[in-house]
Amino acid sequence: MATTTQDSSMDATQAALLAKVQPAELQEQPLVTNNRDFNWVTDKICRIVETKTPTWWWICMAVALMTASFTGLGLLWLVSSGVGVWGLANPINWGWAIVNFVFWIGIGHAGTLISAVLCLLKQGWRTSINRAAEAMTIFAVVCAGIFPLFHVGRVWFGWWLFPIPNSNGIWPQFRSPLEWDVFAVSTYGTVSVLFWYMGMIPDLSVLRDRAVQRLKKNAYEGAGALAKGMDIFRKNFYAVFAMGWRNAGNHWRNYEMAYLILAGISTPLVLSVHTIVSFDFALAVLPGWHTTIFPPYFVAGAIFSGFGMVLTLMLPLRALYGMHDLITQRHIDNMCKICLGTGSIVGYAYIMEFFIAWYGANPYESFAFINRAFGQYWWAYVMMFSCNVFTPQLFWFKKVRENWALVWIMSIFINVGMWFERFVITVTSLANDFMPSSWGYYSPTMVDILTFFGTFGLFSVLFLLFLRFLPLMPIAEVKFVMPAADPHGHHGDAKGDHH
Amino acid sequence: MANVFPKWVNTIPIKVIVAIILTVTAVVCGVTYYATPKYTRVGYAPIQPVAFSHALHAGQLDIDCRYCHTFVDRSEHSNVPAANVCMTCHSMVRKDDPMLAPVKTSYESGEPIPWVRVHKTPDYVYFNHSVHVNRGVSCVGCHGRVDEMDVVTHKESFSMSFCLDCHRNPEEHVRPPEEVYNLDWERPDTEDFKKEAVGFVHDWKVNPPQSCSGCHR
Repeated sequence: MATTTQDSSMDATQAALLAKVQPAELQEQPLVTNNRDFNWVTDKICRIVETKTPTWWWICMAVALMTASFTGLGLLWLVSSGVGVWGLANPINWGWAIVNFVFWIGIGHAGTLISAVLCLLKQGWRTSINRAAEAMTIFAVVCAGIFPLFHVGRVWFGWWLFPIPNSNGIWPQFRSPLEWDVFAVSTYGTVSVLFWYMGMIPDLSVLRDRAVQRLKKNAYEGAGALAKGMDIFRKNFYAVFAMGWRNAGNHWRNYEMAYLILAGISTPLVLSVHTIVSFDFALAVLPGWHTTIFPPYFVAGAIFSGFGMVLTLMLPLRALYGMHDLITQRHIDNMCKICLGTGSIVGYAYIMEFFIAWYGANPYESFAFINRAFGQYWWAYVMMFSCNVFTPQLFWFKKVRENWALVWIMSIFINVGMWFERFVITVTSLANDFMPSSWGYYSPTMVDILTFFGTFGLFSVLFLLFLRFLPLMPIAEVKFVMPAADPHGHHGDAKGDHH
Repeated sequence: MANVFPKWVNTIPIKVIVAIILTVTAVVCGVTYYATPKYTRVGYAPIQPVAFSHALHAGQLDIDCRYCHTFVDRSEHSNVPAANVCMTCHSMVRKDDPMLAPVKTSYESGEPIPWVRVHKTPDYVYFNHSVHVNRGVSCVGCHGRVDEMDVVTHKESFSMSFCLDCHRNPEEHVRPPEEVYNLDWERPDTEDFKKEAVGFVHDWKVNPPQSCSGCHR
C-alpha cells in the first residue's frame, strides 16, 4: 500500500515536471514516407518485375554485356597463353590479380553486414536495401573468384584447390592462408546465396500469385499474346522457386527461425572472411604486410567499400524506379554514417601503421612505409589516402548527405580509393623488399586491364538480371517497419484500413 | 488460391535429392575406378616388333637384368639394348630362326628395332634409375615380375601416390643391395629385418625427396 502511494506521488511529480519543461517530441523519421499503404509497397516492388522492360535497362544491358566480354577476352587470352600475359614478374608476383580479388570480396561485405548483423541488431532501416545488397554480395564474390581461379594458370586443375582424394597422393597446403581463402570464400558464397534465396521465397510467391490472378482475369486484350505468355512463364518460374509457399502461419514461423539462424551463421562471416583475406598478406614475413593490424583494418575497409558500392547502386536505382519513399533520406544518412565510421577506422589504421613503423624501430618496416608514401608508387598512395580518408569526412555534414549527386560521386571515390589501397599494399611491399638488388617495378598489361574492367560489366549484367527478374526488396519486411504496421502509431491518416 | 502445379509435384524434391545422391555416387565411383592410373595404365601390354620373352631370358635362363639393360645402375635412363647385344648369343644360338629376322636386319643395317615403350613417366617428372637401384629399390617394385612375363605388361599404376608411398616410407620398401636384381626375392616379415631396413635407410642416407622440386625440376 505504501509503495503504491509512493509510485503515484512520483508519477505526479514527473507529470508536473514534464508539463513545466515541455520537452519537444523526438520525431524519428519514418522508414517509409508519404503515408504509403501496404498495397502500394507490394505494387511498387512487383511492378518493377512485371511491367515492360524499360529502355534504359536494354541500353545498360548492352553496355554491360560488351564490357563483360572484355573479361571473357582477357581470360581466353590467359588460358590459351599462360599467366605470363598478366604483368606479374619477379619480384612482384602478385599484382592486379590479388588486388582485384580483395577489392571485389571487400565490396561483398556490406551485403552480409546489412543482412545479418543489422538483422540481429534489429535495425529496421536494413529492410529496403538488404535484398539488393545481398545480390551485390553474391555477384561481387563471383567477380572476385575469377582472379585467384585463373591465377592458378591451368584453370582446369582448379579443383585441386579443394581437398579431394586423388591418385597424386597429395593434399592442398593446409598451412597456407591461400587455402584458408578457398574455404572462407566458398563458405561465404554458399551462405550468402542461401540467405538471399531464402529471404526471397515469400516475395517470389507474391509474384507467382499476382501472375496467377492476372491469368484468371484474362485481361490481356490489347496487350497481346506476349503479355499472356510472359505471365504464364512468370507463374511457372516463380512457382518453382517459391517452393509451394502459401503464406501460412507455420511457414512464417519456420521462415523467421531459419532467417535468424542464417543471420547467426553469417555474422561471424562478416568478420572472418576478410580477416582470412588479410592473412594472405599478414602471414607473409614481408615489411608492410607482417602486421597484426591487418585483420581489423581489412574488415573495416571491406565494410567501407561495400557501403560505398551500395550507395553507388541504390542512388541511381531509387531515381530510376522512383523509390524515394522506400529508400529515404534516413537510409542514405545511415549508409553515409557507416561510411564515415568505417572510413575513419581505415584512416586511423593508415596513420597507426606509420606510427608503429617508427615506434617498432625496425628499419625495414620504416623503409616500407616511407617508400609507400614517397617511393615510386607515391601517386597510388596519394589516391588511396585522399579518397579513403578525406572523402568520408565530408559525411559529417548534413548538407553533403542530402546532396544525392555528391553522395553518389563520393561513393565512387570510396571504391576507387579502396582499390588503390589494395594496390598500394600488394605492390609496394613486393616491389621494394629486403634486397635492393632485386627491386622492380610493376605495371599491368592490356590483359590485366581488360579482365578487370570486364568484371564491372559482368557484375552489371548479373545485377541487371536481378533487377528485372527478382523482387528488389523484401516486401513483407518493408511492411513490418512501416508506420502503418505500428499498432500504437497514429495511422488514422493512412490510406485504407490496416489493423 | 488454386495450386499452380498438381499434387504429385510435391514428390519432386525428394526424387531430385535421391537422383543427385545416386548420380554423385556413380560419378565418384566411376571416376575412382576408371579414370585413375590404376585402371588407365595397368595392364598395358603392346605387341612388340620381336616376340622377345623375358620369361625365357630372365626367368628360365636367369640372365641378369644388367646384361641387356647395361646402364641401369650408372645412368638415369635404363637403356634398351641394341641388336648387337642380342647377337652376342644369337649369332650362334638359333641364328636362322625367322623370329629373329628383325634383330638380324637391325644388326646388319644399324637401324634400331622399333620397340614400343611400355613404362613411361611424364616429361615433367625427373626419374633416375641408378639412384634407385643403388639404394635398394628393386626393378620388381615398379616393373613387376618381368622374369615371368612373355609380353612385358604394365603392372603398377605409376601414379604420383605410387611414387610417394615409397618416398614417404622408404624403410618399408628397400631391400639389401645384392638382392635388387633378384626379382624372386621376398622380404622377410621379421622384426630383425625391419630393424635392418631402418638401419640401411639411415646408413646409406636414403633421403627420398618429398618436395615438388625433388622430381618436378
